[in-house]
Amino acid sequence: MRTILYLIRKEFIQIFRDKFIGRAIFGVPIVQLLILVPAVTFEIRNVNMCVIDRDMSSESRMLINQLEGSTFFRMKYSVFREEEANSLLHRNKCDMVLHIPAGLGRDLGTGRQARILVTVNAINATTAQLSWAYLNGVIRDYNMNILVENAGNILVSSMPQIDITNRYWYNEMLNYKHYMLPGILGILVTAIGFLLAGLNLVKEKEMGTIEQINVTPIKKYQFITAKMVPFLVIGLVDLAIGLILGKIFFNIPFEGSTGLLFLGSTIFLISVLGLALFISTFSSTQQQYMFVAFFFMIVFILMSGIFTPFESMPVWAQKFDMLNPMAYLMRINRMVMLKGSTFQDISRDIYSLTIIATAFTALAVRKYRKTA
Amino acid sequence: MIRQTVISVTNLVKKFGSFVANDNLSFEVYEGEIFGFLGANGAGKTTALRILSGLSEPTSGKVTVAGFDAKKEPERIKRNIGYMCQKFSLYEDLTVRENITLYGGIYGMTKKLILERMANLLSRLSFEEFGDRQISSLPLGLKQKLAFSIAIFHEPRIVFLDEPTGGVDPITRRQFWEMIYETADRGITVFVTTHYMDEAEYCDRISIMNEGRIVALDTPEALKKKYNAGSVEEVFIRIARPKMTEKSML
Repeated sequence: MRTILYLIRKEFIQIFRDKFIGRAIFGVPIVQLLILVPAVTFEIRNVNMCVIDRDMSSESRMLINQLEGSTFFRMKYSVFREEEANSLLHRNKCDMVLHIPAGLGRDLGTGRQARILVTVNAINATTAQLSWAYLNGVIRDYNMNILVENAGNILVSSMPQIDITNRYWYNEMLNYKHYMLPGILGILVTAIGFLLAGLNLVKEKEMGTIEQINVTPIKKYQFITAKMVPFLVIGLVDLAIGLILGKIFFNIPFEGSTGLLFLGSTIFLISVLGLALFISTFSSTQQQYMFVAFFFMIVFILMSGIFTPFESMPVWAQKFDMLNPMAYLMRINRMVMLKGSTFQDISRDIYSLTIIATAFTALAVRKYRKTA
Repeated sequence: MIRQTVISVTNLVKKFGSFVANDNLSFEVYEGEIFGFLGANGAGKTTALRILSGLSEPTSGKVTVAGFDAKKEPERIKRNIGYMCQKFSLYEDLTVRENITLYGGIYGMTKKLILERMANLLSRLSFEEFGDRQISSLPLGLKQKLAFSIAIFHEPRIVFLDEPTGGVDPITRRQFWEMIYETADRGITVFVTTHYMDEAEYCDRISIMNEGRIVALDTPEALKKKYNAGSVEEVFIRIARPKMTEKSML
C-alpha cells in the first residue's frame, strides 16, 4: 500500500511539473464546455427561405408574413423564376424554396383545396426533417386562421375536434443545452483519462524509465493502480468544475444526487483508464497508442447516444454498446441530472459498467509484463 | 577459500526467433566480487544481464540469482538485486531527492531510513546542492553516479551495471570505479558489463563474450598469462580478432 502511495505521488508531481499539461488538464475542459454546450445543438433557427410568389395575392402575402414571423424562418430571397431559386439552393444560399402557384388566393377564397410546393435542401436529413416539421406547424396555423376567417368564430369553436396539449417531461423547454451538457461532460472526462493515462505509460516505455521500474519488486497491480488514480482524481475534479460551470452559465437542472453522478463517473473512469492502460501495454510508441486510442474514442463517442438516440440505432449496434462504457455514462448522467433517477433506476447500468471496469482493468494488469 | 556462489548459470540459451543471443552460457559469480562481463557491442552481454535480473526469460538453461530461479521466481530475484540500465532511466523530470525517495519507497524502505540514507548519500557524493534539481539539468557523469547510487540504495545483495561508464569522461570513470570498489567492500556483489578493456583490469574476474558465447573466463592476471599478453585489451583482441577479420573479409 505504501508503495502505491509513493508511486501515486510521483505521478502527480510529474503531471503538474509539466506546466502545459498541468494547466491544460483544467483549462481545456472548461473552454470546451463553454464552447461546445451552446454550439452543439439540434435546434434549428434561421432557415433561409426563398419564395417564388406567382400569386401575389393578399393570401400569399399573409402566408409569407406568418412564416417570417416565426423565429425559424428568414425570408431571404424573393425571385420569380424557378431556375433562380434552384441556383440559390444549389449554391447553399438558401435552405428551402417555397413555390406559391398562381391562383392560391382564388382557390382559398372559393373554398377549393389550394396547393403549395416546398423544396428542401436535404443534405442534412435531420435539418431537412426538422425544418419541414416547423414549416408544417406554421402552415397548420395559417390554415386555422383561414378557416376562422371564412367560417367565423362560432362555427369553428363548436366543431368537435381533438385538442392535443403536450408537455415535455424532464426537459420542459426542450433545451438542448440541458440535454447536451451531461453528455459533453462525459466526453471531456473521457479525453483526460483515455489520452493522458495511456500516453503516460507509453512515454515511460519510450524514455526507458519503465525498465528501471520493472527491475524492482513492484507488483503489477500496484503499478497499474498508481497509473490510474491520478487521472481518476483529475477526471472527477474536472467533472466537478464542469457541473459548477454548467450551473452558473447554462443553469442546468440537477434533479438527482451528486453522489450518484460521481459514483457513475468513477466507475466509468476506471473502465476507460483500464482500457487505456491495456492498449498502452501493447503499444511501444506514443503514435501507436494515439492511433488506436483515437479509433476507440471516436467509436465510443459516436455510438454513445450523445448525438443520436440510442433507441434508433440498429440492434447489432445496441448490442455492441453493451461494451461501450460511454453509452452507460450518457444514460446515467442524463437520467441522474435531468430525471433525478435514483440508484434503483440506474442500478443495471451501474452494475454492467462495474463489470466492464473490472474486466478492462484486469486485462491491463494481466497484459502488463515486467518480464519479457 | 570457499566463497558463496550468488549467481549460477548453467547452459543458458536465449533465442530471439532464429537468432541465438546467448549460446550455452555457464558461469558462477561469488559473493562480494567484482565480475566483469566483457564483449564487443552485440556480443550478448545485455541480453544475459536482463535474464539475470529477471527482465527477460531464458529460452532454456538454469539460472539462479541470490538463490532464486530466474525462470520461476523473477520477482523474488528483483528484491535482492539492484540494476543500472545501459540507457539512463531515472525520471528526468523529478529532482534528485524525489527519485531517491521514489525508489526507496518502492523497495519498501521506511521514510526515516530513506531520509537518513539520502542525507548520507548526498554528502558522500557532495551532491547536496543538486538535491532539489531536476535530473534533466545534471551533467551525464553526475547522472551516472546517481543512477548507480540509487541502484544500491536499498542495499541489495547483487548489483548489475550495464555499461555504466559509456560516454563518461576519464575522471568521472575513475571516480565511478572507486564507487564500485566501495560497494564491493560493503559485500555487495558487482556484476558489470563494459567494452572498455582498461576497466576490465579492475575486476576480480572477467568473462569475455563473443557472438553469444563465453570464450574466456578467469582473473585478468591469469588470462594475460595464458594468452601471453600485456593487457586485457590484447587478450581480447587475440580471442575476438580471428572471427572479426574473417567477417570483414567476407
